[in-house]
Amino acid sequence: MGSDYIVSTPPHIRSGETIEKFMAWTFLALTPLVVAGLYAFGFFAFRTLILSILSAVAMEAAVLRYRKMPIVISDGSAIITGLILALTLPPKVPYWIPIVGGALAIFFGKQLFGGLGYNVFNPALVGRAMLVLSWPSIMSGSWFTTLRELDGITTATPLTAAKAIKAGTLIGDISVVYKPLLFLNRGGCMGEVSALLLIIGGLVLIARRVVDWRIPLFYLGTVFVMSILTGNNGVFNILAGALIFGAFFLASDPVTSPVTRRAKMIYGICLGLVTILIRFYTSYSEGVMFAILFMNSFAALIDRYTRPITFGTVKAK
Amino acid sequence: MKRIKRGLIFPERYDEAKKALGRKKIEEISLPEEIIIPMSQHIGAPASPIVSVGERVLVGQKVADSEAFISAPMHSSVSGEVKAIEPRLGGDGKKVLSIVITPDDKEETISFKGLSDEEAKDPDRVRAAVREAGVVGMGGAGFPTHVKLTPPKDKPIFDVIINGGECEPYLAADHRNFLERGDKILDGLKIIMATVGAKRGYIGIETNKIDAIYHMDKLASSEGNIKVMPLNAIYPQGAEKQLIETILGKEVPSGGLPSDVGALVQNAGTAAAISEAVRGGRPLIERTISVSGHGMASFTNIRAKIGTPISHIIEECGGFKGKIGKVVVGGPMTGVALFDLSVPVIKGTSGVIAFTVEDTSIPNPRPCIRCGRCVDICPVRIMPNYISQYIEVDQVDRADDFDVMDCIECGLCSYVCPATRPFIQLIRHAKAKIIAEQKREEK
Ligand code: SF4
Ligand code: SF4
Repeated sequence: MGSDYIVSTPPHIRSGETIEKFMAWTFLALTPLVVAGLYAFGFFAFRTLILSILSAVAMEAAVLRYRKMPIVISDGSAIITGLILALTLPPKVPYWIPIVGGALAIFFGKQLFGGLGYNVFNPALVGRAMLVLSWPSIMSGSWFTTLRELDGITTATPLTAAKAIKAGTLIGDISVVYKPLLFLNRGGCMGEVSALLLIIGGLVLIARRVVDWRIPLFYLGTVFVMSILTGNNGVFNILAGALIFGAFFLASDPVTSPVTRRAKMIYGICLGLVTILIRFYTSYSEGVMFAILFMNSFAALIDRYTRPITFGTVKAK
Repeated sequence: MKRIKRGLIFPERYDEAKKALGRKKIEEISLPEEIIIPMSQHIGAPASPIVSVGERVLVGQKVADSEAFISAPMHSSVSGEVKAIEPRLGGDGKKVLSIVITPDDKEETISFKGLSDEEAKDPDRVRAAVREAGVVGMGGAGFPTHVKLTPPKDKPIFDVIINGGECEPYLAADHRNFLERGDKILDGLKIIMATVGAKRGYIGIETNKIDAIYHMDKLASSEGNIKVMPLNAIYPQGAEKQLIETILGKEVPSGGLPSDVGALVQNAGTAAAISEAVRGGRPLIERTISVSGHGMASFTNIRAKIGTPISHIIEECGGFKGKIGKVVVGGPMTGVALFDLSVPVIKGTSGVIAFTVEDTSIPNPRPCIRCGRCVDICPVRIMPNYISQYIEVDQVDRADDFDVMDCIECGLCSYVCPATRPFIQLIRHAKAKIIAEQKREEK
């Protein structure tokens, strides 16, 4: 039986939102940051970025081919994974690090779970975690070290400097620390280059409803409040390290975060608590990364316990 | 303003057609070459033909009936000769037994006889008259109206609501019904209230038909116990249970019926048909239809005889414009995409919409990316994302745990989903399986 007309189930009109548009907006929201990063770190950053994206896309294509599935790179998800991974890497890492990282991210972080939508953990973070665990010295030693000049501190990232502030070894003008964090911070990875650009990018995604505001807000809010409660500097703890990047671009990744609104709030708060725990009470400086990976595994569980009450099932009065 | 808690206000680009249609008077169209009356235009048992091939029938003559309680008779909408009684294609792509009539242009009518005012006070006579006239819900579902007018004894009805929440884009048939047949709608409401013994009547109309609100308010101003309720234009405000929630503030229990909260909802067109049936004995042989969509040369509201082929209606309304991708009967959110334009208008047909190839949405389903939009918007607060995933891996019982049976098939989840997941298809499949399972257990 043939028909001249398309026959499909309702609805016959749609909002026009697509996964591709989500990815395109994410890409757009990150563009200013990438530009700033390239400006700050130059050639190394560019190289890292390109290699990471190419590697992620190549692995995606290879696995899809092996699984005999249509090779859709156009959904943009592999590109975004490569991009985000690159933004979390020390800019000066050897060239093979982003290549290995991009491949690991897609293979172990995404395709092993069944591809887009099925992954439990944020693929970029899985890639990064595997790199950190495999090559810890490279991953912690390839930072640009402008902060070192500040005060003879021989540590690398602003976050380590924060521990120094807390201990009272870095006295002096705090704005020396804040200003670069907000505008151009050459001390961390590309994803930390400017808190301001990150916030703008994040707000764009929130305005487009690609990202739900609840996760970043509750995440940042919890870190702020907990910092103060534990006698630390709240503002600094928000701006420092990968927190802003993590809150807007990693924790709020829809695939690996919970679905319901209430769950998103709870998720954000838990993220904040775990981050603070790791930052203040362990020797790791990777608080945000481990907090997000840790909470990823609870996303579905939190959903389960915040399921909305179905219409008409409230107990009769 | 009253509104449901979850739902969607459609973007402006959809308003245009609706607004234009709201201003268009209901028009008559010419007779088609044949009238096709399917034996199943309602929920319940199909009717059986009581005429034979070759017989001459008159306008309003009963041509099919059934013994079953949940069923409704059919009437000829024209005078002419019964050409065939055979299976014909219905809107859903399946063949149904239909009476095919070739109209003559004499329009010879049987004499109708309504109830006297005194008789109209007797609920049983009203129910009989409504049944005899073949009145069924005209909002789409097609539930036989005399059944609705017979609520269970232990569940008294206090509130009757006229549903003017015509909330899908491209439709304005009820909007015009209010404006042009408002007196009949009000009369129908009063008949329903008297028949079921209800104390209060409500007419819920969305604010995108402000003229209808004024008109009905004026008509009803002298009725102390009838109120016109302006509603926010939000989809799916016109779904029965959602409307009860908005107007009465009560949630119909899951798996229950409006009568569980003492309410009865009737579509505006149906109320008018009740009035016609009771006062004048006029059977349901015509209805108002919006012919719309950017694939149509113009937007028109028409009075269509039941059984008129959709193709004839499209022709009468000026034909297509541009390359057509999809033709839908009903609204764009819940309507049925046509396979063949020869299918007829039935009692529940509210509109015909032609989409050009450009605005035809062709779903390209992808895995869920857990964005949560479908969960945020679902008016019955179930989780379409998890439900559809369970159904995909054939765990229908898990979907049942997630209350898939409560889905009202409004289509909002698909509308908002960036992965354009085929929820309705999956959910219908699951519902059918669950019902089959329950039946098996009962045996
Ligand atoms: S699950 Fe059913 S009720 Fe909920 S939005 Fe989807 S179609 Fe509507
Ligand atoms: S709207 Fe679509 S993609 Fe988003 S959670 Fe629902 S099913 Fe998943």
